[in-house]
Amino acid sequence: MNQNPAIGHNTVPKMTARDVNVFYGQKQAIKNVSIDVSAEHVTAFIGPSGCGKSTFLRCLNRMNDTVDGARVEGRIELDGQDVYASGMDVVQLRARVGMVFQKPNPFPKSIYENVAYGPRLHGLARSKTDMDEIVESALKRAGLWDEAKDRLNESGTAMSGGQQQRLCIARAIAVDPEVILMDEPCSALDPIATARIEELIDELRGRYAIVIVTHNMQQAARVSQKTAFFHLGTLVEYDDTSAIFTNPKATRTKDYITGRYG
Amino acid sequence: MATLAAPAAPIAERQPTDWTTQAMRSRIAARYRAERNFRRLGAAALVIAASFLAFLLFTIVRDGWTGFQRTETRIEVQFDAATLGVDPAAVAGPQGQALLARADYQALLLKAAEQLGPADDTLSDAAWMELREALMDNPALLGKRASLWVPVRSSIDLLAKGKYDLAAPAESRGVTDREVSDWRWLEGKGLLRTGFNTTFLFGADSTEPELAGIGGAALGSLLTLAVTIAIAFPLGVFSAVWLEEFAPKGRLADIIELSINNLAAVPSIIFGLLGLAFFLNFAGMPRSAPLVGGITLALMIMPVIVIASRVAIKAVPPSIRDAALGIGASPIQVVFHHVLPLALPGIMTGTIIGIARALGETAPLLLIGMRAFVTDVPQGFTSPATVLPMQVFLWSDDVQRGFVEKTSAAIMVLMLVLIAMNSLAIYLRNRFERRW
Repeated sequence: MNQNPAIGHNTVPKMTARDVNVFYGQKQAIKNVSIDVSAEHVTAFIGPSGCGKSTFLRCLNRMNDTVDGARVEGRIELDGQDVYASGMDVVQLRARVGMVFQKPNPFPKSIYENVAYGPRLHGLARSKTDMDEIVESALKRAGLWDEAKDRLNESGTAMSGGQQQRLCIARAIAVDPEVILMDEPCSALDPIATARIEELIDELRGRYAIVIVTHNMQQAARVSQKTAFFHLGTLVEYDDTSAIFTNPKATRTKDYITGRYG
Repeated sequence: MATLAAPAAPIAERQPTDWTTQAMRSRIAARYRAERNFRRLGAAALVIAASFLAFLLFTIVRDGWTGFQRTETRIEVQFDAATLGVDPAAVAGPQGQALLARADYQALLLKAAEQLGPADDTLSDAAWMELREALMDNPALLGKRASLWVPVRSSIDLLAKGKYDLAAPAESRGVTDREVSDWRWLEGKGLLRTGFNTTFLFGADSTEPELAGIGGAALGSLLTLAVTIAIAFPLGVFSAVWLEEFAPKGRLADIIELSINNLAAVPSIIFGLLGLAFFLNFAGMPRSAPLVGGITLALMIMPVIVIASRVAIKAVPPSIRDAALGIGASPIQVVFHHVLPLALPGIMTGTIIGIARALGETAPLLLIGMRAFVTDVPQGFTSPATVLPMQVFLWSDDVQRGFVEKTSAAIMVLMLVLIAMNSLAIYLRNRFERRW
């Protein structure tokens, strides 16, 4: 079973992972995962609950550093640069590899402050006008400008769930990242808000490398061009989304996407 | 697909439940009865607690409100330069005020008291200070006559406030016949008035009840609490931040947590012993000083602040930390930009409750010498001082009858300050509480 499932092909990878193992204390959560993430595509990680897809995603910008007892082995690179090297600045890494979480988590501050926080941290704006421009373009890209432009000083937590999640996307975009990681971004949203986010992901494709974790196979089929299927901590299959859903090679993938388990 | 594999065992048929039988009805009635009784018990407990509190407040206010008043008598004073022993020409000179401050007002008062005839022994020992104040405020009075209100002795003061049972036999009523007749004479001449006692609010302690004030102790409390806040707040909050956000989880963290919880339960007198042994005997810091009292109280309330702050920090949702970390904030930035501002209402509430506890504390201060008789308002952090609850304790211990009302009045001041601080804590919590 340990043949290396197809590593991404045909484009220059933005991020590469080789033989990654993750341990939580004694328990191994990720086993020997190797994968390439392309800059042009949306890559989806699918798999049943507890298969390690979120854990693996959080390795890509070192969010697992904050988890007690978590240990990562193997090599993860961003543009050929080792993410886990001792010289890598985590702050800079997370500015380049942004993240959107499962539950919308805007800061309990104004909409403007939510978006401006990242650029301010990294000193991206020289003046107030600069900052206004950054906030406006981030909100526009996140498809939130029309709804938010008249209420920039209102609290971000007063918005609806879907708007909050788009605000979080705007917040991630505002620091101009190269990769955006999305950890089940629609699982707390209703179908209409979900559709809006999916549209947005499609609009952002090409500008940012996007990796999305989802437990919703239809969503993976709709938004992604590449799909990786995780099971029990291993990467079972990684291929073009169309191939995974129409002609899966591994039996486990086939069983999962036809609803045998999960 | 898997199916439930167990072979179908026969399930016993049950009769439908009959809810109308006598047994059922009495069960339901019993349930309602139990509920009613429990509610009555709760209400009764509340009524008992409230009546205890009401009784306490009632007796304190009944005994204490007259403590804010003082009785004075009017005398005509001839500011005679010869009696005062000052040279009128020198008073007009540059040293005038200093000369006036040193003049012999006691002799002047003795002379003025003669006009009170049989009641010439009713003036307070410190009544001469009123004369000095009047003359120093207005040096032009020298050589002239003026009509002044001066305080009377405590016994006359209490008679005027009706604190003695005059129907009781002389031996047991606590006041002599002479004092009663003096008071009747003054009262008959209309020379007495009972008014608001500014000396009580702004003055310091005294051996005479009519001259004693709460101001010195209040300022002592203020200075002591300033030291306490300055030390306990930053130390407590940053300990909590480190324990919650940075400390590696493990045996050491568990031991620290256990120790802090135990420290919060240590009797306060132990902290006094520590203060005595370490700050006074080892470090050689001054006795009776707000500085040492403040440090000792800071040690006492720090565990309270640490525990309250940890709870407040723990209540900040982890998703906020994730959000900030995910955008590239460093752990310190996460703490200062997000966690602390969100936890601040809870931290403030805990701190104010801790400080209210420090304000009401006496035991540790006994041991570091703040049980001091200080007749002057404290001048700084190292000058001898006492604090409000200690003043209550000292006065309650005094044999003079006049201190009974002063004790209750001081308790009223202390309770007002405590109520104000607790209200502030509630206000801060409601004002800054955020929801997400």
